[in-house]
Amino acid sequence: MYSDKVLDHFTNPRNVGEIPDAKGIGEVGNAKCGDIMRIYLDIENDLIKDVKFKTFGCGAAVATSSMLTEMVKGKTVEEALKISNNAVAEALDGLPPLKMHCSNLAADALHAAIKNYQERDHQTG
Amino acid sequence: MQRVYMDHSATTPVAPEVVKVMVAYCTEKYGNPSSIHSFGREAKMALEEARGQVAGLIGARPEEITFTSGGTEADNMAIIGVAEAYKKKGRHLITSAIEHHAVLETFEYLAKNGFELTVLPVDEEGIVSLAEVEKAIRPDTILISVMHANNEVGSIQPVAAIGALAKERGILFHTDAVQSLGKIPINVQELNADLLTMSAHKIYGPKGVGALFVRKGVRLEERAYGGGQEKKRRSGTENLPGAVGFGLACELAGQRLEEEAERLRKLRDQLLLGITERIPFVKINGPLGERRLVNNVNVSIQFVEGESLLLGLDMVEIAASSGSACTSGSLDPSHVLLAMGLSHEIAHGSLRFSLGKQNTEDEVAYVLENLPKIVERLRTMSPLYDKAKQSGLSLKRG
Repeated sequence: MYSDKVLDHFTNPRNVGEIPDAKGIGEVGNAKCGDIMRIYLDIENDLIKDVKFKTFGCGAAVATSSMLTEMVKGKTVEEALKISNNAVAEALDGLPPLKMHCSNLAADALHAAIKNYQERDHQTG
Repeated sequence: MQRVYMDHSATTPVAPEVVKVMVAYCTEKYGNPSSIHSFGREAKMALEEARGQVAGLIGARPEEITFTSGGTEADNMAIIGVAEAYKKKGRHLITSAIEHHAVLETFEYLAKNGFELTVLPVDEEGIVSLAEVEKAIRPDTILISVMHANNEVGSIQPVAAIGALAKERGILFHTDAVQSLGKIPINVQELNADLLTMSAHKIYGPKGVGALFVRKGVRLEERAYGGGQEKKRRSGTENLPGAVGFGLACELAGQRLEEEAERLRKLRDQLLLGITERIPFVKINGPLGERRLVNNVNVSIQFVEGESLLLGLDMVEIAASSGSACTSGSLDPSHVLLAMGLSHEIAHGSLRFSLGKQNTEDEVAYVLENLPKIVERLRTMSPLYDKAKQSGLSLKRG
């Protein structure tokens, strides 16, 4: 049911962990529905220098989180905001239909982290 | 290490001797049991012998056995057949919250079509109480259906007592015995069952065949119209290879029942105990000891999600199952675990191992060696585990 890419990212997830002094943190989902994703961003001059994630969820949830971190590293904030959940799924050669709905939230978590960064930025700057 | 299959409550491999006899009834003795010639006669004899073998495993008479396409059809046949045949007597039906979907969905269908349904709750171990059944009975109750043993958590229900109560009140009693057949002794007289559902592929028989025990004198509304086979209960040419295979599977299960139950019980307890000893924050789902099916292990592993556990296990060639939403094909986790009062979060992390005849102590050891690593890896990734650690959750085991 899962593509080889999904299984690869599930087995060897990239960028798992936390960033101690993250410039932006975003979390989406809840334990009730079975998926929680948290994204940590390190941003300098609007450039995403580093990204890490922590995810509770199914294979698709882990794989989309991992894939997303690969997609955003080195991007500008503006570019990162254009990444959609669908784009993440496409980069993984697709997800089973049910998972498109329930576990494909990584881009939402990224956008939440960017929003968090922008709000903090405005407060301090 | 070969692949380790611990999902016998989903299905089992067909026993080689069963395959052999089935092949003979496909290629040599392929007659239609309704035909008058010698091909037909030998087919009919084999069909009736198989009926006797199935009846023998549950203490029934051969004429009380109707072959079906499996457990789901037998459940449908029993519930709808009784409801339609007895609706002039009453329209109230009783079942439990932890039934298989084949039972629950059938009752839901009837509830939308002129019948009234009471769904009994279960306790935290997944067991229906006799008092709840008694409370639910009304003057117009015509059928009570409570499964013998639950497929997810292995809880064995007090069916003999429920059956006795039903009998006393003149209510028919159906039990789905798909998971208990061949694992615990079944006697329809002792269980006071009027109808009992069985399936072949859970006891090393083929898929696509099952049976319904219907006590003599119980009426069932005809559901499939046609040639009138199976005493007009199920028209259609009989699945002879399937029935013969099921018959032999029943006989083999009966021969090995006690010895195999003892062996499985030992493996089950090794696995259950091993998991709780090696992994912190684990909850055992379902009862312990005699009220648990001999081959069922079900645990919730906190802070991780069931499907990712299954994928992790699959990567080391271990096959199990889970009641998480992602594996149920819906957005909600198992209705059984929720009925037992588990939170969604805990239900999402459920993991079931169902043991069978080819499993060994070495395989249990292999699972116990690999599962903690998989859990640890997923927990390292889990934001819930962080939160739990931060909030100073006591790191007690078990």
